[in-house]
Amino acid sequence: MNLITVSGPPSSGKTAVILKTIESLKKRNLKVAVAKFDCLYTDDDILYKKAGIPVKKGLSGALCPDHYFVSNVEEITKWGLDNNFDILISESAGLCNRCSPYIKGIKAICVIDNLSGINTPKKIGPMLKSADIVVITKGDIVSQAEREVFASRVNTVNPAATIMHINGLTGQGSFELSTLLYSEEDHVDSLKGKELRFPMPAALCSYCLGETRIGESYQMGNVRKMKLDD
Amino acid sequence: MITLNRIKETKISKLIEDYPFLISFFEDNDLDITSKENLEIAEYFASFDEDEIEDKAIDGERYIMQIFEFINQMIAFLGQEEDNVQSISILPGNDKSGNREKFDKFTIKKGEIICIVGPTGSGKSRLLGDIEWVAQNDTPTNRKILVNEAKPDTKWRFSSSDKLVAQLSQNMNFVMDLSVYEFVELHAESRMVENKEDVINRIIEKANQLAGEQFTIDTPITSLSGGQSRTLMIADTAILSKSPIILIDEIENAGIDRKEALNLLLSEDKIVLMATHDPILALLGDKRIVIKNGGIDKIIETTDKEREILSELEELDRTLLSFRSRLRKGEILKK
Ligand SMILES: Nc1nc2c(ncn2[C@@H]2O[C@H](COP(=O)(O)OP(=O)(O)OP(=O)(O)O)[C@@H](O)[C@H]2O)c(=O)[nH]1
Ligand SMILES: Nc1ncnc2c1ncn2[C@@H]1O[C@H](COP(=O)(O)OP(=O)(O)OP(=O)(O)O)[C@@H](O)[C@H]1O
Ligand SMILES: [Mg+2]
Ligand SMILES: [Mg+2]
Repeated sequence: MNLITVSGPPSSGKTAVILKTIESLKKRNLKVAVAKFDCLYTDDDILYKKAGIPVKKGLSGALCPDHYFVSNVEEITKWGLDNNFDILISESAGLCNRCSPYIKGIKAICVIDNLSGINTPKKIGPMLKSADIVVITKGDIVSQAEREVFASRVNTVNPAATIMHINGLTGQGSFELSTLLYSEEDHVDSLKGKELRFPMPAALCSYCLGETRIGESYQMGNVRKMKLDD
Repeated sequence: MITLNRIKETKISKLIEDYPFLISFFEDNDLDITSKENLEIAEYFASFDEDEIEDKAIDGERYIMQIFEFINQMIAFLGQEEDNVQSISILPGNDKSGNREKFDKFTIKKGEIICIVGPTGSGKSRLLGDIEWVAQNDTPTNRKILVNEAKPDTKWRFSSSDKLVAQLSQNMNFVMDLSVYEFVELHAESRMVENKEDVINRIIEKANQLAGEQFTIDTPITSLSGGQSRTLMIADTAILSKSPIILIDEIENAGIDRKEALNLLLSEDKIVLMATHDPILALLGDKRIVIKNGGIDKIIETTDKEREILSELEELDRTLLSFRSRLRKGEILKK
């Protein structure tokens, strides 16, 4: 089985791209399944089911969905292997644009959209900068100039990535992406011993643990203060 | 060519002297190098403390690899000869029922306008997709695309700066708060054109020739009318886009001289592909490809006889437009 991690800001078009790409993969007689990770709510599982795609959904609640992802990816992989899928795609939305769920040796795709503004590539951390493939969506609602400027900004922060343009509504470009997705060499039996591409931030302070009161004496753990004196 | 290990041992100041474009790499990656120019690259990435590494997600090894990649790309890009795409050819594949397309080879040359017609779902977008992806018998249609009569370079698929096809969008959604000049400047800078100012002024001048109402370089792009932004986009794509093929999904009729717009694209040495069902545009084309059931069914050359209808249609079009503009001015319509 090939495991593929798809990540990207909320509403960037991840589900749209995955659905269209799976249509092409299915024509090659590949069995594809999806695992969707989100915080509080998602309808994506219904969309996948509707398309006849086996799907597992995980809601992290108060936890960061990316941390939640790492804690569950091994079990999800086992689910995929037990069901003899050829490809298992994970979809997760980064919240703070700082973490990325990418794993060394596992194909990583970042989906971002043209509408998010010309400086977005600069602001997104490892989720964009360490992806193997960057998919840019919603090109249909901006000009050629904006598409070219945006792609060139993405290239500056991740020159090693393959950049693809996909229209999530019509699927234009998704066949092309599908040709880059499956290979015998990328087969995984288990994730044991594999590592994240980039450490996730240690966000452990008293507020992470449910503290609600404001004031210095309640702040414990990883606490940092703004510099206010100029 | 500089090696990965050499990069690690080179001072930042020296790297930037040799490869000035790295300044944008450091800026866009939010890496501050002020007063650290004297460090070697490896030392620079080792100079961050744990908090900084965590806050800014700094991964030295990856950044060094990316710098290496970026330098090589930019050298290739800057040293590149202008691509001279004279023609593209389509070799036949199969329609949706698996029947072979009935033509031997269809070649489209620079300066030609080709229209693509066919019912919805017939495969027009797939044909355009085949061209953009320079299909090599590896798409659902099994077509093959040649560039200048030869097997094309794979860069057309994967390079972010060399794309075979640029697309004139139907929609525009300027999310940026910029003047016309600043907007075109962003595009010019991402293409790293020399004599930037001349190019920008030429684009704005050409756009104004196509538009009914004039705008200036200081006009905010968000306050352009539909017609004005369309002409700006056409002039910008014609002059600044590097892609040899321009794809057009209909050009709306309002507030823009469509014939002149096409002439502008052709004068910039482009190949124009147009998916349209507007008879005026279709007759402005040299040939039209008829798609049926996923395959190219016919290739029709526009004859002089067909063009005779064109002047009639254009007359109708003018009549319609003049009624429209009188309506806009609040006049009472009469024959
Ligand atoms: N115009 C346009 N709309 C798109 C495109 N791709 C996706 N969309 C729309 O954008 C919206 C969000 O797309 P999704 O695929 O649900 O985005 P997502 O990244 O999966 O979102 P979450 O899973 O909620 O984070 C939907 O309404 C899509 O139809 C595109 O290329 N063009
Ligand atoms: N020769 C072919 N063999 C197999 N599938 C094909 C072939 N040509 C097109 N298709 C498929 O048929 C579907 C419809 O084609 P496409 O989207 O290109 O139609 P269209 O003419 O652009 O439609 P519209 O006018 O609605 O935009 C697509 O999924 C495409 O991949
Ligand atoms: Mg989704
Ligand atoms: Mg179409």
